[in-house]
Amino acid sequence: MMASRDDSTGLTVRELRVVFDTSRGPIFAVDGVALDVAPGEVMGLVGESGSGKSVSLRAVARLLHANARVTGSVRWRGQELLSLSDDQMLPIRGAQIGIIFQEPMAALNPVLPIGLQIEESLIAHTTMDKAQRQARALQLLDQVGIASGATRLAQFPHEFSGGMRQRAMIAIALAASPALLLADEPTTALDVTIQDQILRLLLRLKDELGMALLLVTHDLGVVAETCTRVAVMYAGRVCETGPTADVFANPHHAYTAALLRAMPGSGPAQAKLIPIPGMAPRLDAPSPGCAFAPRCTVSEPLCTTTRPPFVQEATRSSACYGRARL
Amino acid sequence: MSALLSASNLTRRFPGNRGLLDMLARKPRPVVHALSDVSIDVSAGETLGIVGESGCGKSTLARCLVRLIEPDEGNISFDGADVGSLEGPARRKFNRAVQMVFQDPYASLNPRMTVGSTLAEALRVHEIVPAAEINARVASLLDLVQLPATAATRYPHEFSGGQRQRIGIARALAVEPRVIIADEPVSALDVSVQAQIVNLFMELQERLGLALVFITHDLRLVRHMTHRVAVMYLGRVVEIGPVEDIFTAPRHPYTRALISAVPQLTPGLLRGEPAVRGELPSPLSPPSGCAFHPRCPIALPQCAAERPALDARGGTWPVACLRADEA
Repeated sequence: MMASRDDSTGLTVRELRVVFDTSRGPIFAVDGVALDVAPGEVMGLVGESGSGKSVSLRAVARLLHANARVTGSVRWRGQELLSLSDDQMLPIRGAQIGIIFQEPMAALNPVLPIGLQIEESLIAHTTMDKAQRQARALQLLDQVGIASGATRLAQFPHEFSGGMRQRAMIAIALAASPALLLADEPTTALDVTIQDQILRLLLRLKDELGMALLLVTHDLGVVAETCTRVAVMYAGRVCETGPTADVFANPHHAYTAALLRAMPGSGPAQAKLIPIPGMAPRLDAPSPGCAFAPRCTVSEPLCTTTRPPFVQEATRSSACYGRARL
Repeated sequence: MSALLSASNLTRRFPGNRGLLDMLARKPRPVVHALSDVSIDVSAGETLGIVGESGCGKSTLARCLVRLIEPDEGNISFDGADVGSLEGPARRKFNRAVQMVFQDPYASLNPRMTVGSTLAEALRVHEIVPAAEINARVASLLDLVQLPATAATRYPHEFSGGQRQRIGIARALAVEPRVIIADEPVSALDVSVQAQIVNLFMELQERLGLALVFITHDLRLVRHMTHRVAVMYLGRVVEIGPVEDIFTAPRHPYTRALISAVPQLTPGLLRGEPAVRGELPSPLSPPSGCAFHPRCPIALPQCAAERPALDARGGTWPVACLRADEA
């Protein structure tokens, strides 16, 4: 599937598996993920808690802890990232691939001024001298919409509001002009009016800088408004991928269909919502069949015993035996 | 429909923190204006939504309504009686009648008590049923929130987030309340489970005729499940009225901005300017006049000087804006 695409320019993930070894046994957090992000595109990775979306993102950036066993293939511009040493990863992570996280206060250094944190990235990834770095830091703050940059550069993260911290983190991630920005729930901790500002900022920067964006979120609304393509995840697996408009209008996987139906606003007001019965699956014992089968309303016996294969169809691919019954 | 629970002109201030230097300079403690002059009411069988962004005072309002926080000014009346003057058995009767469901059920359930004993405690303290019938009532409460009867012997940590919220709801329902104040009860839940809990609230309301105050930052949810909505900004209600009318034709520029900032489920990339510029000002020093004026796209010079009162202004529901209905 999708193997024919030229993978020398963007990000190509195949058969990605992440197993965490814990004292209670292995947790199969990511269980065979395939993803493509083309240059300049916004790809959404959407799913509920425990679906493996954030772990996949961190596996791509090689940011997982030592108790994570990562297998499969993550190719960036034709280069296999999973076989690189930590030193070999340094010129890629932060330089070619930038990352922003959900909680900027946890990602920023609380005892360093913002300006210095931007400069750190420039020291690591560019040959700029101090004057150039300071000028670049100022330019970055302006680019992410932080006014009175000169004053702001000398301030500490606690002097910034939540929205401003997220802007500052974006500035740091963009410092070395990455070609791919990984964003892990970048607006989840923000109020809706600030989320609106940050999402628009990310889309504008993507256009101006020509970078690609891999956006992890649990919010289908955020996907609808920002992503040209989307991959829907459940229990560590990708259910389906395709252009956002097509996936929303005509889901090919029973889970996507159920998730869209469960959203408030999808039906008339005051009507009963259509919940997905049951609860999130356990990740310590992956199902031999489709992970969603126990909660699925269109499942058949085959679904619980045999994992559905990915079916490729023009711009879309999906793994659901019940597709015809959706 | 007469109001079952109503709050009028509630004001609540909290002392803020000051740094060591300010303390040494003997500067006065700053004051957070959490609630200013807020009036709302809710009737039996009705759901009132309270929406607003962080720091708008919606949780303080919830806590005032159940009297976890006493308001500095204003009063609350329940079933026609002033709650502030209730004492003894009458006060206990109010406590029973107005119950709260919290955002994080795990933090609000005792981890060392089984679900059964948590529910039984409420039944015993308020003498809801004779001691011999407590177990039967616990079972029927669990059934009401669609949990298996075996849940009674288990501890909160053995349940998923959605199930814990069901326990929180069962706990609130144990004392046969007439009003439920729910503070972000589904915000911590995934969409698929959130829908289960939202349905449960709607079913229980229908069955028991509950008045429900539903506090949330999720506008999609408000539109779906409430009848009326109060929009709050920096401690004040800026618009209150029928939910469908407000979503169709918001009168306050803040309401308009809030609604347009909510991501739509119809795919289409965001373009152009954000719904509203700037960020929420500090409640330590709210702007003069209308608190929204520094961010408002249609503010007039007098908006900075004069705080508009919440009244009808030629429409059918109240709004606090000098330029109400102007886009």
